[in-house]
Amino acid sequence: MKKILTSLALLGLVVAGTAAIAEEEHNAAAPTHFPINEPKEMSWSFAGPFGTYDKAQLQRGLKVYKEVCSACHSMNLVAFRTLEGLGYSEAQVKTLAAEYTIHDGPNDAGDMFDRPGKPSDHFPAPFPNEQAAASANGGAAPPDMSLLAKARGVERGFPRFVFDIFTQYAQGGPDYIHSLLTGYDQTPPAGMVIPEGTHYNPYFLSGVSLKMPKPLSDGQVTYDDGSPQTVDQYSRDVSAFLMWAAEPHLEDRKKTGFRVLVFLLLFGALVYLTKRKVWAEVAH
Amino acid sequence: MSEGHSTYTPKTGLGRWFDARMPLPRLVYDSFVAYPVPRNLNYMWTFGGILSIMLVSQILTGIVLAMHYTSDTTLAFDSVEKIMRDVNSGWLLRYLHSNGASFFFVAVYIHIFRGLFYGSYKTPRELLWILGCIIYLLMMATGFMGYVLPWGQMSFWGATVITGFFSAIPLVGNWIQELLLGGFAVDNPTLNRFFALHYLLPFMIAGVVVLHIWALHVVGQSNPTGIEVKSKTDTVAFTPYATIKDAFGMIVFLFVFAYFVFYLPNFLGHPDNYTVANPLKTPAHIVPEWYFLPFYAILRAITFNIGPINSKLGGVLCMFGAIAMLFLVPWLDTSKVRSAVYRPWYKLFFWLFVADAILLGWLGSQPAEGSYVFMAQMATLFYFAFFLVVMPVLGLIETPRRLPNSITEAVLEKKNKGAGGHPAGAVSAPETKG
Repeated sequence: MKKILTSLALLGLVVAGTAAIAEEEHNAAAPTHFPINEPKEMSWSFAGPFGTYDKAQLQRGLKVYKEVCSACHSMNLVAFRTLEGLGYSEAQVKTLAAEYTIHDGPNDAGDMFDRPGKPSDHFPAPFPNEQAAASANGGAAPPDMSLLAKARGVERGFPRFVFDIFTQYAQGGPDYIHSLLTGYDQTPPAGMVIPEGTHYNPYFLSGVSLKMPKPLSDGQVTYDDGSPQTVDQYSRDVSAFLMWAAEPHLEDRKKTGFRVLVFLLLFGALVYLTKRKVWAEVAH
Repeated sequence: MSEGHSTYTPKTGLGRWFDARMPLPRLVYDSFVAYPVPRNLNYMWTFGGILSIMLVSQILTGIVLAMHYTSDTTLAFDSVEKIMRDVNSGWLLRYLHSNGASFFFVAVYIHIFRGLFYGSYKTPRELLWILGCIIYLLMMATGFMGYVLPWGQMSFWGATVITGFFSAIPLVGNWIQELLLGGFAVDNPTLNRFFALHYLLPFMIAGVVVLHIWALHVVGQSNPTGIEVKSKTDTVAFTPYATIKDAFGMIVFLFVFAYFVFYLPNFLGHPDNYTVANPLKTPAHIVPEWYFLPFYAILRAITFNIGPINSKLGGVLCMFGAIAMLFLVPWLDTSKVRSAVYRPWYKLFFWLFVADAILLGWLGSQPAEGSYVFMAQMATLFYFAFFLVVMPVLGLIETPRRLPNSITEAVLEKKNKGAGGHPAGAVSAPETKG
């Protein structure tokens, strides 16, 4: 075993060495690798083996989504009924759904009609189709937000991705969204070319700038629980909400996982002791 | 170890009735109870059993997922999300299945490296080894097609890149590619046939697994010393000895598997696959699943033309050649000694090869530019040199260490040595107790 460990250690050194050689020089005005800045690692209530969603935070995040993001971003996969997961009662969800107008039909007469939303409806999209969304937003359709927190993530690189296994780092998506939302208003390095109609953001995953202008400003959304009404707080809340939207069964998953691992640990210990007993008389 | 007649004696009237008509209980008894296994097998030998439970787990979760999945390009992505959100325990089934594929490959790579280290492919186990290689090949096809089914960005673009390889083959390449795709580009016919094949191939794997186990039961298991079983004292009965040890190995493996399923279910996946496939938008870096990365690095390492072979065809040939090497291993290794335990030089090169494979995997995940290309070329060179130069030459020039006369002798030697050094027995390192 010692030999295997030594070999593995050597192997790690070889890989680390080559990684260092591969590091390339870098020009601030014309970066070749994105994002320019890595996302800031925030502390999230849903991180770690016992992580749970902070329901008050999710409700605030929903408010930010409803009042700001939903003007351009759809959330096609999320049904109103699932909002009970944010701590709302059935009646509250009904009221919330009824605030939306859903285009439905055809009815018995063959006509399309509008009706108030029901809990079984999904969030209606702000644009009738992708082309309309693109044309209203300077040529790029704003992405659907249902899975955004799992669909975005900056590569962690060696050796960090190895440590991530032990620290259970799985918050790359919300970290990225939070950093992007708080990463506007910065001055680009001298000489950097920012294409017309785009906005510099050093946290953007695939370029120096993006089409979306700074979406949030201090005091824009009114919180009634006394939380600070700042861009940073809005960004945290909406990132947490988007994580919930992408992974609504996260709490269930982690809770089940803990039971499974405890069971396997105890069962494994018993089987190991049995194995010792069975093999005790046999040299091997 | 097919020699030695069956010791099964049915105890009940019903048992005798069955035994005279269809001796299935006898087959099970002879294969999984009385079957003699070398007494010195270490935990590396538990991966066969681990692979069987992974195959069963993949088939079971897969069948239930198929009940909820829709293989239509306009519905596939949403149907997977429906499973994740609305199907009872759907998230669990889906994460078990997607991470199960990864851990199936983790186990198969350990199993293959075990075989390479202990020379398990040497006569009379060539066919056993080749059947294993066929299983591995089928697994790769199954894994690749399964990754296409969620119809995310990486599904689509991975399928586009990988089916594109076939167009490099002269004369029939385009025809093969169109046959695979069911058209000229990855589209609905591709998704449908991949789903059909993804459902079919695991049962073919199960079939070849039966052949693999059959061949194993004819020639018997190899063991860490590489010395054939010579007498009854070299072996122990499968049950309880191997059963309980396999069970412990499986539980440890399942523990790691469960850790990923429940705490890091997306660690081994790519974020882009949570964006629905868009044929008009190419991702910045198209990367396959991690278990294909070494071969992907080899494919991209060939950036130059060799005579009439252009770089694309050269890359494809090298990639398939890298897998073909495995099939040839029984004849490439010229050593008379099986186990690397007694081959100091082979042991060194074996670990260099492991390092090389991991390096290739890492290079496969990086963009093919700058110094990465040169590193990938060197690593590819070593990959092939290991099989084509090191294996044949070392066998001829290496002086192996002294081999024990039998498994029993090796075991007792180790026990006496162990008794001197560690009077309390191996309390701290169960894995070395093997």
